[in-house]
Amino acid sequence: MRSIVLYLHMHQPYRLKHYSIFSVGHDHDYWTEKDWYAGTNNERIFKKVADKSYRPMLAILEKCLNNYPGFKVSLSITGTFIEQAQFWAPDVIETLQRICKTGRVEIVAETYYHSLAFFFDKQEFEEQVVKHQKIIKELFGVDTQVFRNTELSYNDDLAKWADDFGMKGLLAEGWDKVLEWRSPNFVYRPAGCKNTRLLLKNYRLSDDIAFRFSDKHWKEWPLTVEKYQSWLEAATLNGPLINLFMDFETFGENIWEDTGIFKFFEHLVYSWLKDENNNFLTVSEACDSDEPKAELSMPWTVTWADTERDLSAWLGNSMQHEAMQAVYGMKQDVLESEDAHMLEDWRRLQTSDHPYYMCTKYFNDGDVHAYFSPYDSPYDAFLYYMNALRDMRERLDEIAEKKKATSKEVETDN
Amino acid sequence: MKILMLGWELPPHNSGGLGVACLHLSESLAKYGADIDFVVPYEAEHHLKGVNVLSALHIDPLFRYGGSAYESKLIEEKRFKNVKTKELMSIRDVQHTYCEFVERYLMEFKPDLVHAHDWLTYEAGILAKKNFGVPLVAHVHATEFDRGGANGGNPLIHEIEYQGLITADKILAVSQATKNIIVEKYGIPADKIDVVYNGFEAPQDLYKYDSSSYQYLESLKKKGYTVVSTVGRFTLQKGLFHFMRAAARAIKLHPKMIFLFAGDGEQKEDLMRMSADLGISRNVIFTGFIRGKQLRDIYSISDVFVMSSVSEPFGLTALEAAHHGNALVITKQSGVGEVLRSIVQYDFWDEDKLAGALVNIAESPALINTLRDGIKREYGRISWDDVAKKCISVYDEVNKHKRNRF
Repeated sequence: MRSIVLYLHMHQPYRLKHYSIFSVGHDHDYWTEKDWYAGTNNERIFKKVADKSYRPMLAILEKCLNNYPGFKVSLSITGTFIEQAQFWAPDVIETLQRICKTGRVEIVAETYYHSLAFFFDKQEFEEQVVKHQKIIKELFGVDTQVFRNTELSYNDDLAKWADDFGMKGLLAEGWDKVLEWRSPNFVYRPAGCKNTRLLLKNYRLSDDIAFRFSDKHWKEWPLTVEKYQSWLEAATLNGPLINLFMDFETFGENIWEDTGIFKFFEHLVYSWLKDENNNFLTVSEACDSDEPKAELSMPWTVTWADTERDLSAWLGNSMQHEAMQAVYGMKQDVLESEDAHMLEDWRRLQTSDHPYYMCTKYFNDGDVHAYFSPYDSPYDAFLYYMNALRDMRERLDEIAEKKKATSKEVETDN
Repeated sequence: MKILMLGWELPPHNSGGLGVACLHLSESLAKYGADIDFVVPYEAEHHLKGVNVLSALHIDPLFRYGGSAYESKLIEEKRFKNVKTKELMSIRDVQHTYCEFVERYLMEFKPDLVHAHDWLTYEAGILAKKNFGVPLVAHVHATEFDRGGANGGNPLIHEIEYQGLITADKILAVSQATKNIIVEKYGIPADKIDVVYNGFEAPQDLYKYDSSSYQYLESLKKKGYTVVSTVGRFTLQKGLFHFMRAAARAIKLHPKMIFLFAGDGEQKEDLMRMSADLGISRNVIFTGFIRGKQLRDIYSISDVFVMSSVSEPFGLTALEAAHHGNALVITKQSGVGEVLRSIVQYDFWDEDKLAGALVNIAESPALINTLRDGIKREYGRISWDDVAKKCISVYDEVNKHKRNRF
């Protein structure tokens, strides 16, 4: 059997508004941008992407699920995405609930806040994973079994955690420097793990769609279903699983409808399933499909980003490190405040998009367009972030003082 | 290729970036084989590599601007009773004599092209083109709209600037911002204007910062103070009132800050009064007009350099400050921001953002270090040789058109 393992990632961060240092101490709302057209207006952006990508692509997925019993798909949906969808596009959640009922849609586990907590605070990390599992169960009635970490970041430690936690499998980048002569088309066993399995992204075939589909300078442009399917079939000579992992927004937002991306996708599903040797698998089915081919070790963190495939876009300069140290350094005080609002704001500030907006690594190449950001510059991103943390600090001090005062009152009462 | 370069100043007889730009551009052009005669309106010794410097007038460099940009001879006559009125020149007189010199020059020599720098020399450039048929390239380092603020400026200068721009075969603007002004305010077609950013030449000398120059500041720095500086003429163009108010807001949040205002100009007294009114005069230092080593010591002691201009065609001082290790905070209205990425930018009126940036920079080693390291990698890439190459391609283009015409 030749199998496509299609996995799509759905995420929206809460972008910080242009939060001035003079707002510190009196404006505790970091997320509501009043200017509708600002790049940091979360509502406008969510609604825009919902129209361009979430709704049309979900409709196509639903259609494929209804028309082809062999079609399956896996989705990862972050907690911050779910909340914003509930506010601004509740029908998107309803569609997701509907397609989950087919039993052929698997939801992938991850951190609720799309955070880098694993690299800073394992306990916080696990709480976010559990919180995510809870909301997925609550909304969609399914248990998550396969884990993906933010930005597909992965290393041996993460695999050990997943093994201990009872995850059936993990998703990671099938990066040549790690795989060397090996193929990403097999199930692997992460180094030192008993039960958990590892699936690796076939980045060439995934990126043919996600990055190159609309590139008119690409020598294979325009990409037809026939051509792409012949590549898929050729690739299966190296192993049975074609792991196509990509952002959900590839369809409609990153690559616009007028390129023919939706039609391409629909036709690909039809054309692939026409051959009875072909099928689709969800990620957990893929984990169970075969015994692991070999053990694989990734001592260093590998991600699905950039040519470096590392965390340098998130933790590449000292601003990013300082920002992350500062936010995770607040943990104790945030927990002691016993204030749900504090906890929520603190966790939203952990979303990996924040340090990403502070990335400066392409400045030297002059390749500034490689990064999307709602801010004018990475320095602006840092300024607003640190201003928000300053306000958090003041709120924490205030709460601590109030607590002290009440505990004194209690003492004097006694 | 023989180029007649028309300028108004060269270092050390310069009052700002214009002279510096003219010097480096001419020397780099000479390196690429251009034969340059550079005309200045005063008499002084200049030693430029491969460039002939010609004096149009026998006056001291100090008097090249005459009384002022206005025809103020009459006032000067009344002010200085015992001055010989014949010797008193307004800037218009200086310009007329400059034109006469250029005319005499062109009767003898046949340059391939005239390259005129700013309105001061445009009349001479127009003369060269109209009377002698020499193609004219007008280089715009600043417009009267920059110098005079949005609606102001001297109408006579506007007229000369306009005539020069409309007559020129090609216009070079030092930034996209400047090009936009030329298009929007003077109605010149955009395709006649090329943006040629200024270069930057890191001084290759034995300058060494001497920490004893500003002992008071050094001792404050040891106590944890952050030194923020700005350098330039204290005029409307520089947006210094906004800067001063932002300084006051920043000091409120982070008292350990010292602001250095290096330069001089008509707003100096207002600025001093303002710092007192805002209650921050203890944190503000006025150095007066400084140059050379003193100026470089200021750059060296400073941690953050602010360019607060309302409208700045380029802004060479920012690159000088970066060279001496400053983090840069620059208005979006400054042209130099178009070629730099490792900077914090703000709108000139956005005092909150400037103040916030200064406080964050003062309090975050990570931010100041990222800015400093980033800018160090950037400014070195902006070379005068690249500017010269671009100029030569413009010269060739202009000359090709000229041949086609005949």
